[in-house]
Amino acid sequence: MSSDTEVQLHPLKGASHDYWARIKSGDIGALPAVLGLVVLCIVFGAMQSSFLTPGNFANLLTQAAAVIVIAMGLVFVLLLGEIDLSAGYSSGVCGAVLVILVTNHSFPWWVAFPISIIVGLALGLFIGWLVSFLGIPSFVVTLATFLAFQGLLLLLAGEGGTIRMEDPTVLSIENSNMKPLISWAFYVVCAALYIFSGLRRVYARRKVGLKTELMQLWILKTVGLLGLTGAAVYALNLERSNNPDVVSLKGIPYVVPVILLLLVVGTFVLNRTAFGRHLYAVGGNAEAARRSGINVKWVRICAFMICSVLSAVAGMIFASRQNSISPTTGGSSTLLYAVGAAVIGGTSLFGGKGRMRDAILGGLVVAVIDNGMGLLGYAAGIKYIVTGLVLLVSASVDAISRKGSGS
Amino acid sequence: MAEPILSLRSINKSFGPVHVLRDVHLDVYPGQVTALVGDNGAGKSTLIKCIAGIYTPDSGDYIFDGKSVTVHGPRDATALGIEVVYQDLALCDNLDIVHNMFLGREQKKGFTLDESAMEVMARKTLDGLSVRTVKSIRQTVSSLSGGQRQTVAIARAVLWNNKVVILDEPTAALGVSQTEQVLHLVRRLADNGIGVILISHNLNDVFEVADNIAALYLGQMAAQVQKSEVSSNQVIELITTGKSAGVTPVGAN
Repeated sequence: MSSDTEVQLHPLKGASHDYWARIKSGDIGALPAVLGLVVLCIVFGAMQSSFLTPGNFANLLTQAAAVIVIAMGLVFVLLLGEIDLSAGYSSGVCGAVLVILVTNHSFPWWVAFPISIIVGLALGLFIGWLVSFLGIPSFVVTLATFLAFQGLLLLLAGEGGTIRMEDPTVLSIENSNMKPLISWAFYVVCAALYIFSGLRRVYARRKVGLKTELMQLWILKTVGLLGLTGAAVYALNLERSNNPDVVSLKGIPYVVPVILLLLVVGTFVLNRTAFGRHLYAVGGNAEAARRSGINVKWVRICAFMICSVLSAVAGMIFASRQNSISPTTGGSSTLLYAVGAAVIGGTSLFGGKGRMRDAILGGLVVAVIDNGMGLLGYAAGIKYIVTGLVLLVSASVDAISRKGSGS
Repeated sequence: MAEPILSLRSINKSFGPVHVLRDVHLDVYPGQVTALVGDNGAGKSTLIKCIAGIYTPDSGDYIFDGKSVTVHGPRDATALGIEVVYQDLALCDNLDIVHNMFLGREQKKGFTLDESAMEVMARKTLDGLSVRTVKSIRQTVSSLSGGQRQTVAIARAVLWNNKVVILDEPTAALGVSQTEQVLHLVRRLADNGIGVILISHNLNDVFEVADNIAALYLGQMAAQVQKSEVSSNQVIELITTGKSAGVTPVGAN
């Protein structure tokens, strides 16, 4: 029952009206990334029949995974209006630590992985301290650490250049799948939790007499999201092996629940904790945050530490995907793809605006371009140019929408 | 008249050789608007910063609620119940009204933010100030007009049952109708029992909303008088020359 009597629109019409008003005022959210994803999939699907196959879909997810995780970390730093150019090589260094401990020193993965996370924490602390306490612009600090970490990785990888990863658990992240039945069970549990947490929020607000989101709209969104993800699970559960008699390839790749977990935890930190609120505040107006008693320096250091820790997770994903660590792990286009992913997803380069899901949406866009153009047989040079252009377009959208909402 | 909530006695403050405040007296009464006027460089900002704890006075007494206190930092002032609304507002454009009002003092339920409680409390505070101009308190501050932003900043200052609210030129950047709204808000703050210090260059505003007027002249308190006892011209004289016929300087008695 709505107590509003002013507008007698159909409630859903009113909601879509509000949505358009928001978009026109520059608050475009995830729209460009979603539209881009749909358009790219249609174009590539029409041009190359092997693009829209379950096999390629699974491949796309595992391809995108590491960049998505680095982009998730970058969201924390970008929220402050800062940047971490060395995030790619941080993941290389942390991945190298993991692989060296497991392969050369026979550590179990569950000891080596926390150690690589601690290394990431230390790298982030170092960067954050330089930015926060010495006041060096993060662009310069991380440009320096970009080079330094690259050197560190070169030293760690040693003369041979490549260290193989042989731990089956780490390798399974990118190379194995959940069984189809378990995939469906996983989907059902996630869907139930999603619905439960959504309803709980609505009823918590109703209980104290606050306005809630329109129920029909919530149902529509939920059904849409669950339908889409359900279709994805269905596609992933189809046989995608060329030779099913020899080896069967079905189910959700293990890296998907890893990313989902990071999404949930990251979103929780950003939206539901005081620390997350302070991140947005420092990104929006650092002086206002300082006057409100927020420890701005500490918030900055934490953001860089979180970014490097997520890079360390990405390092493990790299080690799993490449079955090894080499001096180029996390190098070349990784960092730019990750920054591009965050920005394409809707995170602002100016700070104060960004969400965890941006990294996933943007990361998928980047991966689709990379994957689709690869399938179409374009040279790597063309892929880089197109990805660069897409990043430029999203940065322009960011800058223009900022102008729009600023006036 | 009621006892002052805040009294300053013989406050002195120097920066190196520059003697900015000389034996300044100031009384702020609960439920009254005290306008602090003075030309540029008269020491208004320094005085405010001494009250807010940003500067520590070199000498003088700081009496709050009848007790002599020492204020060593902004936290001390905040703990006493003194809140400053600065000219540049210090709001985060990317956050909504509720977030801004609770910035740095978020209500929590365990680890998580208690959004519902904060929204209810923010709504109550805005209603208590009869703020009707804000459509949704969940809209971001970037979508608000100058007057609405000022309203949010002031509402934030009263959210915590503060006893003294200092407003630094709240109407300086506003249009006519918005100025009117903010002045009404200032009046309601005082009507709710808060001691309000209003810094303004605009004597129309001062005469519309203030109960008493304190005029600083070259670091000295030229006079603190009831509004009813002075005319606009006398106040201008106090601001520009430091004295005016028929107005007794404070501290004379």
